[in-house]
Amino acid sequence: MTPKPLTLAEKLWNDHLVVKGENGAPDLLYIDLHLIHEVTSPQAFDGLRLAGRDIRRKDLTIATEDHNTPTVDIHLPIAEPTSRAQVQALRDNTKEFGVRIHSLGDKNQGIVHVVGPQLGLTMPGLTIVCGDSHTSTHGAFGSLAMGIGTSEVEHVLATQTLPLKPFKTMAINVEGTLRPGVTAKDIILAVIAKISTGGGQGYVLEYRGSAIRSLSMEGRMTICNMSIEAGARAGMVAPDEITFEYLKGRPHAPEGADWDAAVEYWRTLKTDEGAVFDKEVFIDADQLDPFVTWGTNPGQGVSLLDAVPNPDSIADPNERAAAERALEYMDLRPGTKMKDIAVDTVFLGSCTNARIEDLRVAADIIKGRKKADGVRMMVVPGSQKVRLQAEAEGLDKVFKEFGAEWRFAGCSMCLGMNPDQLAPGERAASTSNRNFEGRQGKGARTHLVSPVVAAATAVRGKLSSPADLES
Amino acid sequence: MEKISTFKGVAAPLKRSNVDTDQIIPAVYLKRITKTGFEDGLFANWRQQEPDFVLNQPIYQNAEVLIAGPDFGTGSSREHAVWALRDFGFKAVFSSKFADIFRGNSGKQGLVTGVISDADTEAIWSVIDANPGIEAKVDLPNQTLSVGEITVKFDIDEYTKWRLMEGLDDIGITLQNEAAIAAYEAKRESWKPRTLPAKGV
Ligand code: SF4
Repeated sequence: MTPKPLTLAEKLWNDHLVVKGENGAPDLLYIDLHLIHEVTSPQAFDGLRLAGRDIRRKDLTIATEDHNTPTVDIHLPIAEPTSRAQVQALRDNTKEFGVRIHSLGDKNQGIVHVVGPQLGLTMPGLTIVCGDSHTSTHGAFGSLAMGIGTSEVEHVLATQTLPLKPFKTMAINVEGTLRPGVTAKDIILAVIAKISTGGGQGYVLEYRGSAIRSLSMEGRMTICNMSIEAGARAGMVAPDEITFEYLKGRPHAPEGADWDAAVEYWRTLKTDEGAVFDKEVFIDADQLDPFVTWGTNPGQGVSLLDAVPNPDSIADPNERAAAERALEYMDLRPGTKMKDIAVDTVFLGSCTNARIEDLRVAADIIKGRKKADGVRMMVVPGSQKVRLQAEAEGLDKVFKEFGAEWRFAGCSMCLGMNPDQLAPGERAASTSNRNFEGRQGKGARTHLVSPVVAAATAVRGKLSSPADLES
Repeated sequence: MEKISTFKGVAAPLKRSNVDTDQIIPAVYLKRITKTGFEDGLFANWRQQEPDFVLNQPIYQNAEVLIAGPDFGTGSSREHAVWALRDFGFKAVFSSKFADIFRGNSGKQGLVTGVISDADTEAIWSVIDANPGIEAKVDLPNQTLSVGEITVKFDIDEYTKWRLMEGLDDIGITLQNEAAIAAYEAKRESWKPRTLPAKGV
């Protein structure tokens, strides 16, 4: 009998099964890599202390500081007491329990989802967890990567396993060739607009098709990162030569015979011919434009060439009401061309789009151009290493000459837990992943965009694509 | 977690229904970085604003059994609500109806949540009113709650009861699979990453 064809997600699940759950009990899965940051870990460490437990596998655990860290004057103590206490607790806990940590000032400090891949710890065929919903980023390597809650963080620290119920699988097929100026960010914003912010609930998404295959690892990470914005538990892309090329030579990548064995196994990590997904979605890459959001959830997006939609044209009464509320919060009128929307701030940063490639494409667009009057641009590299790499390439000079602020690494204005916030009523073009009310500051208005749209917007002062700068 | 069987403790009457998690512990107490020390947040608004509130009375300072009105623990999923009750000293809460998530969280933290009828709740409140500070006896194996002359049956699901009696939290249950976990680890491929010793620093 030939074995049943499996999807990539099912293969990864089976390969990590420690105990198969019976009578409705969840399966117990082994966790290969556990990433930690300061916001969701303190109670987990305290729980270990209360129960007198130790960390089972310190050698599969790594911590970094990101959500609360300042992006200027990083040599000074953190001003806000709660932020300072959370960062200090992480330092104390990792010291007490012997966990590797990359603190502010260290070249590997940065957003946890940028640090894992850059160290070569994130690789195909793993289960990866972190107390953070955007852990889905790591699925770009062909791993099963999920965000977890604080109790689960404690559970993984103590046992290196997690009880989980199986997910359903969804294929997101993106075929065709992207036009110039259209990027991975536009693909994922289009996917979310299509399946809605709840459409992925209960599913692991596998991104497939020629448009995905032709993306760099950075682009694939951008897409997997925002799987959670469609409600999915995880997103993934099957590994290929691009994945192996990206990994080879990174600090923790396998070497010698281990590398060969790994690649041999990694090549099997794809959905089998004939495997059946619970659901399939199709996106035509040839037809995609740069995508931007107009509302207050990531599913409320349109082509940059379009206008703010009229809520009256939305059939579903709940969605219509949500659109009306969103337009009021965003202070936008139906019919306004997206390209006529002026912004106060451009934020280039976050775990979605602050890798070296994102900085390169943005720098390429602004180089030799002048920043629009009155617009503020903040560039926050995803990690200190990205910052150093950008400086080695002279990108920092391009940004500074343009008039942008060149910052230190962290989550920054993605969620404004540190002082990097928008003022009430301010409008931003942001390369981050969430445009919720108040996410970037109380009363702040966010338009999610790709790095190229962010850069072009900083030049024109209104939402723009690079094509708009030529005329 | 401690194994729970039969215990006695002062019973406090909370004669309110729909006590949601915001009432059990207001959001301002959630900023902490510890898993203990939440007793000051328990019913904080009521304790601060209502001098007559039951837990402000000296006789209930050491209460261990809470007899509450229906729909206890509704609202957000915050585990802090359970931590606050536990840190104050409560070992058991009884109500005619609990919110599911609160009840699930309680079971994981060693807090007994027993369902009793509305009539039994009223009867027990009367006994307490007549004898403030009276102790209640909770018999988990037999699922009975006794206060004074009254003994009533309470409901608790079998799985949670088993966990509480064995003193097992989720982690404890997983660790019963130690052999399977160790066997899985023994097979770990050598190409898989380790964070230690640290490279690339
Ligand atoms: S950059 Fe934003 S989305 Fe990413 S981990 Fe930080 S706060 Fe979360």
